[in-house]
Amino acid sequence: MSVASQDTAVKTGGIAKVFIYLILILFALFYLLPLYVMLTNSLKPLSEITGGNMMSLPRDWTIEAWLSAWSTAQVGVSPTGLQPYFVNSILMVVPAVAISTVLGALNGYILTKWRFRGDTLLFGLMLFACFIPFQIVLIPMARILGLLGIAGTTQGLVLVHVVYGIGFSTLYFRNYYASFPTELVRAAMIDGAGFFRIFWRIMLPVSGPIAVVTIIWQFTNIWNDFLFGASFAGLSAMPMTVALNNLVNSSTGVREYNVHFAGAIMAALPTLLVYIVAGRFFVRGLMAGSVKG
Amino acid sequence: MGFLDISHVSKAYGSVQVLHEVDISVEEGEFIVLVGPSGCGKSTLMNMIAGLEPITSGDISIRGQVMNGVHPSKRNIAMVFQSYALYPNMTVAQNMTFGLEMHGVPKAERDKLLADVAKLLQIDHLLARKPGHLSGGQRQRVAMGRALVRKPDVFLFDEPLSNLDAKLRVDMRTEIKKLHQKLGTTIVYVTHDQIEALTLSTRIAVMNKGYIQQLGTPKEIYDTPANLFVATFMGSPAMNILPATVKLRDGLAYAEISDVEGKPQLLQFSQANLASWDGKNVMLGIRPEAITDIDGADRKSKNIQRFSNLVTVTEPAGSDTFVTMTASGRDVVARMRADASVAARDRFEFAINMDKAVVFDPATEARIP
Repeated sequence: MSVASQDTAVKTGGIAKVFIYLILILFALFYLLPLYVMLTNSLKPLSEITGGNMMSLPRDWTIEAWLSAWSTAQVGVSPTGLQPYFVNSILMVVPAVAISTVLGALNGYILTKWRFRGDTLLFGLMLFACFIPFQIVLIPMARILGLLGIAGTTQGLVLVHVVYGIGFSTLYFRNYYASFPTELVRAAMIDGAGFFRIFWRIMLPVSGPIAVVTIIWQFTNIWNDFLFGASFAGLSAMPMTVALNNLVNSSTGVREYNVHFAGAIMAALPTLLVYIVAGRFFVRGLMAGSVKG
Repeated sequence: MGFLDISHVSKAYGSVQVLHEVDISVEEGEFIVLVGPSGCGKSTLMNMIAGLEPITSGDISIRGQVMNGVHPSKRNIAMVFQSYALYPNMTVAQNMTFGLEMHGVPKAERDKLLADVAKLLQIDHLLARKPGHLSGGQRQRVAMGRALVRKPDVFLFDEPLSNLDAKLRVDMRTEIKKLHQKLGTTIVYVTHDQIEALTLSTRIAVMNKGYIQQLGTPKEIYDTPANLFVATFMGSPAMNILPATVKLRDGLAYAEISDVEGKPQLLQFSQANLASWDGKNVMLGIRPEAITDIDGADRKSKNIQRFSNLVTVTEPAGSDTFVTMTASGRDVVARMRADASVAARDRFEFAINMDKAVVFDPATEARIP
């Protein structure tokens, strides 16, 4: 494989190669700069930031800011740190991702293997959900959450994110299952497997790549969401993103930049982790949908 | 009342009628082949027998029981698909016993049935493998094995050999025929390959445009095709069809056809009842192997007619030599012995076995009996 591809790769001379790498490295550095600033400053005492260069490495390495951001910093009115909100976010993200992925898989399965009159129209309408701007639905959604009696709760946020997630997860699974041979479903029908049995025993075992894509996509979107969290979450259900905002805006005297940096990294870590763990499958899953094996 | 009865079955998608009043009665142990060009409705008919497509009108019954609306898994049928449709995430053994598991057969019995079928098909050594690690021929066997373990009333084969290479296809064809002889099961087999149809079947249903054109034994289909479509679809090279005029001389009927220069020549018919066609045009159908050199002519035939014409091209094919000439304005292919002494651009005395010739009405395209 690698031997064969050497012949087809574009040949470049030595100088060109150096030039290309130089530019690539330059861009990479530029891209990594904010991360560097955040990391180094989160590990400095506050006096070093206010008094010195933001770009320099810490003279006194300390994790004081991290501990403070996690458990003692002032968030809004209470000095709790980000810890409880981190838990809120987890409680919101895990069920929301799980439910929207499972529903998306079921929808994709039905839309491709149990075709019915008007199914393409229905799929088109579901696709529409991907393009509706969030702002439009804020007020109707608030009303619905109120009617259901889950306004301000984590369950309410889960519902909102599931409703918004289904459009994308259905799109992913439908396109993946469209290239899955229908003869297999027919064979399983003749073998006596029912609707859910076919889904569970035949479809799901081969859905790994697209499930990973969906989970990463949903996890990132729901974890990073600010608007719905700020609009619909009460104090007890406030997610990490909103809490981070409150942390930065709660000024009791000095602005603790090092704590803010630490908090921001904490808020970003879970999505980073998901990418690192499952990123390999992400690309593979994206390819699987487009290139028929 | 047959074992599998298809009576007055029609299928329509909206206003498009794809099957028209199909009637086939299959006896137990028969090997029925549905053959026709793509789009003729043969796969639709098979899917309706399997219960994968609803029936628009008519009845399909198995063992006297009407199956309309019955779920595929409750019809006691098994199907071998064109793509084999093996479950990619399961091993060969799991693939073969999945149906039994779904029907609640206990594990011990499943294992016994699996072992029996695996031995019969010589795939014992493959049981632990995944379908992705099998060759085309092995997948084919596993797909048949999966059908066999169920011990169904009717086997349905949907173009099972079309994904194999030419040599393997011939081998598997023989294999399927052997299996049918050994087990005596009822098989419905869909193919577009007329050779498969002729070699495998006990009876053939030739289909075109949603109609059954002819239902009969391979010999009936080959020797006495019901119409022009069946005549030209079955057999390779295809039957030669020539426009001819019927001439009555002393009470005997002759076909007048012309050679390449347009000179008319008379061939005496073997058919006795063509008197009413005197002076009319007909289509004369002659199989390539019924046109030979004089030495190679069938000695059992009572009516060999000579026809002198120029040879256009000769194509030696090892076992036979195909000789092309032009008669009545059409290319005519003759199939001769490999060592027949015939050369291109020579005038040659062809021997035509008129016992094997068939006549069609040019208006209705039906065979004149």
